Amino acid sequence: MAIASSDTAIRTGRFTRTLIYVVLILFVLFYMLPLYVMLVNSVKPLGEITGGGMMSLPTAFTLEPWAKAWSTAQIGVEPTGLQPYFWNSISMVVPAVVISTTLGALNGYILTKWRFRGDTILFGLMLFSCFIPFQIVLIPMAAILGKLGLSGSTAGLVLVHVVYGVGFSTLYFRNYYAAFPTELVRAAQIDGAGFFQIFWRILLPSSGPIIVVCVIWQFTNIWNDFLFGASFASGDGAPMTVALNNLVQSSTGVKEYNVHFAGAILAAMPTLLVYIVAGRYFVRGLMAGSVKG
Amino acid sequence: MGFLDINNVTKSYGTVEVLHRVNIAVEEGEFLVLVGPSGCGKSTLLNMIAGLEEITSGDIRIKDSVMNGVHPSNRNIAMVFQSYALYPNMTVGQNITFGLEMHGVPKPEREKAMADVARLLQIEQLLDRKPGQLSGGQRQRVAMGRALVRNPDVFLFDEPLSNLDAKLRVDMRTEIKKLHQKLGTTIVYVTHDQIEAMTLSTRIAVMNGGYVQQLGTPKEIYDTPANLFVATFMGSPSMNLINVTVQVDGNSVYAKTQNDQGKDLRLALYEPSEALKAFDGKDVILGVRSEALTDVEGADQRSSHVEVIRNTVTVTEPAGSDTFVATTVGGAECVARMRADTDVSPGQQAEFAFNMEKAVVFDPETENRIQ
Ligand SMILES: Nc1ncnc2c1ncn2[C@@H]1O[C@H](COP(=O)(O)OP(=O)(O)O)[C@@H](O)[C@H]1O
Ligand SMILES: [Mg+2]
Repeated sequence: MAIASSDTAIRTGRFTRTLIYVVLILFVLFYMLPLYVMLVNSVKPLGEITGGGMMSLPTAFTLEPWAKAWSTAQIGVEPTGLQPYFWNSISMVVPAVVISTTLGALNGYILTKWRFRGDTILFGLMLFSCFIPFQIVLIPMAAILGKLGLSGSTAGLVLVHVVYGVGFSTLYFRNYYAAFPTELVRAAQIDGAGFFQIFWRILLPSSGPIIVVCVIWQFTNIWNDFLFGASFASGDGAPMTVALNNLVQSSTGVKEYNVHFAGAILAAMPTLLVYIVAGRYFVRGLMAGSVKG
Repeated sequence: MGFLDINNVTKSYGTVEVLHRVNIAVEEGEFLVLVGPSGCGKSTLLNMIAGLEEITSGDIRIKDSVMNGVHPSNRNIAMVFQSYALYPNMTVGQNITFGLEMHGVPKPEREKAMADVARLLQIEQLLDRKPGQLSGGQRQRVAMGRALVRNPDVFLFDEPLSNLDAKLRVDMRTEIKKLHQKLGTTIVYVTHDQIEAMTLSTRIAVMNGGYVQQLGTPKEIYDTPANLFVATFMGSPSMNLINVTVQVDGNSVYAKTQNDQGKDLRLALYEPSEALKAFDGKDVILGVRSEALTDVEGADQRSSHVEVIRNTVTVTEPAGSDTFVATTVGGAECVARMRADTDVSPGQQAEFAFNMEKAVVFDPETENRIQ
């Protein structure tokens, strides 16, 4: 009796597991479908797409659309390709991520280890900033950028993204450092380490996971931002996302879908790369922060 | 003027005062233990000595200079924390020399100081490991090494042994005591464990509710507790407390109570003070430690005054070296400490010898000892 029942238990176990895997694989296929479409169509001559073969593999493989999207396609009025805008985005996203992560780390350090009157209120307000919709700040932000003489410049965009990013990065680091033993900070104080030495020598070396989380989060958000880019930096200084839009919109005559697909993949590449390189740490860091904090 | 002076120090968090006018003078080379139940303010006081908490009022001096407002690193103190607080990203060696590095000591000197301390604490083979790779006892040693290497005026310990298992705790206790005897440094040591306090200290400050209840040598604290709190907190098993009535008869003073058959007992008190005589006819509390309540053969032979009563044994607890025997006197459960092979069993009548030299008397209203 006992043997029979355990036998059926194993069987049903196997059956459910198979079912779950089949369903999961279907989900994965469904999720991967757009990527497949983009990849496949970015390496076909235009004729194959307009001929109605969206889903089929290329018969004549070509990298021409990629080259065109990168260096010669018409963006707005200039035939520059996406290349200059890619570098615009890089020179926006790198300083914005570095600055907002650094500020977030410092804020988290101060809010947990150098507590002061009203610190929780301040933190609450910073958290609140994470939930203010972008549209609300567009006009005031434009006015401020104008006053600072940063309108239309990459530096202006960096400022906007730092201001928006610092709420999230502070949240991450505050929760992470809340679980960091305060006795370590006290020991370092007795040892004679100053404010920045404690941060640099004691806290930062143990902050790997949360730095990864913060960098991925900020990088993805800033790189993918369209609204601020379109509002504050159109023209030559536009970031990749805006340029991609211009590429798709500005093609006169025939729509070169294969070039558009290639351009879209180029625009998505850096965030994909960041996930592939650091994704493992992302999950680990999120867990660490949420469980301990 | 002591080596470390705590003068009228109070601490408030907002409107709540958690330490009330603490006065302690510590001499050079003393081992002062702050002991008391959890939440009584021991760590707060220690942190104020370290400079990690601000002093609300009063002042703390080390070697006659006022420390209020002086940064922890400039007080020439070192601290060992309960969690050890070793820097997880640094090796043991770096942990030990971090303080020296921050104080601008050149590398060759740091290396030498580290080698000396490592030899003293026998942690030479651990210097390249990270704290995460060490056992509890090894971390404890490293934490002490980090404190020792600075050669401070005062060592501060905050419950350094409470994260260790029982056996290791006893070993480390002995080691700390040896270290103190060898180096002769001034130590302030916080613990909630009264045995640790008794064994380590040269003097003890018993604290409760933010007040220092009594400051004295272990013997003073144990033999003549200032009040009922100290009497019950220090010592294991806890001091026996019996409700008695004072009866003055000429030059003698008696403590009157009943045995468990309702028969009147009269225990003559040893060398009664004038203050005690003033309690004639009033109820007081007689305090007798369990080792001053024994079988007749086990009574202290040098005691000039022993009173023997007959009473019923309620429980016996053989503990190897002794047998603890419970009985009821004056309605209170008392524990006597008898010889290991004493021949009594529950329900039996037995003789109990009170060593009245060691008995103390408390005023039930103020809870203070009547001196
Ligand atoms: N930062 C703080 N804010 C408010 N109250 C505190 C703070 N730190 C400690 N206390 C209170 O002070 C009292 C003494 O605490 P502490 O010194 O840590 O006790 P212990 O004797 O267990 O070491 C406790 O009642 C505690 O609640
Ligand atoms: Mg404490």
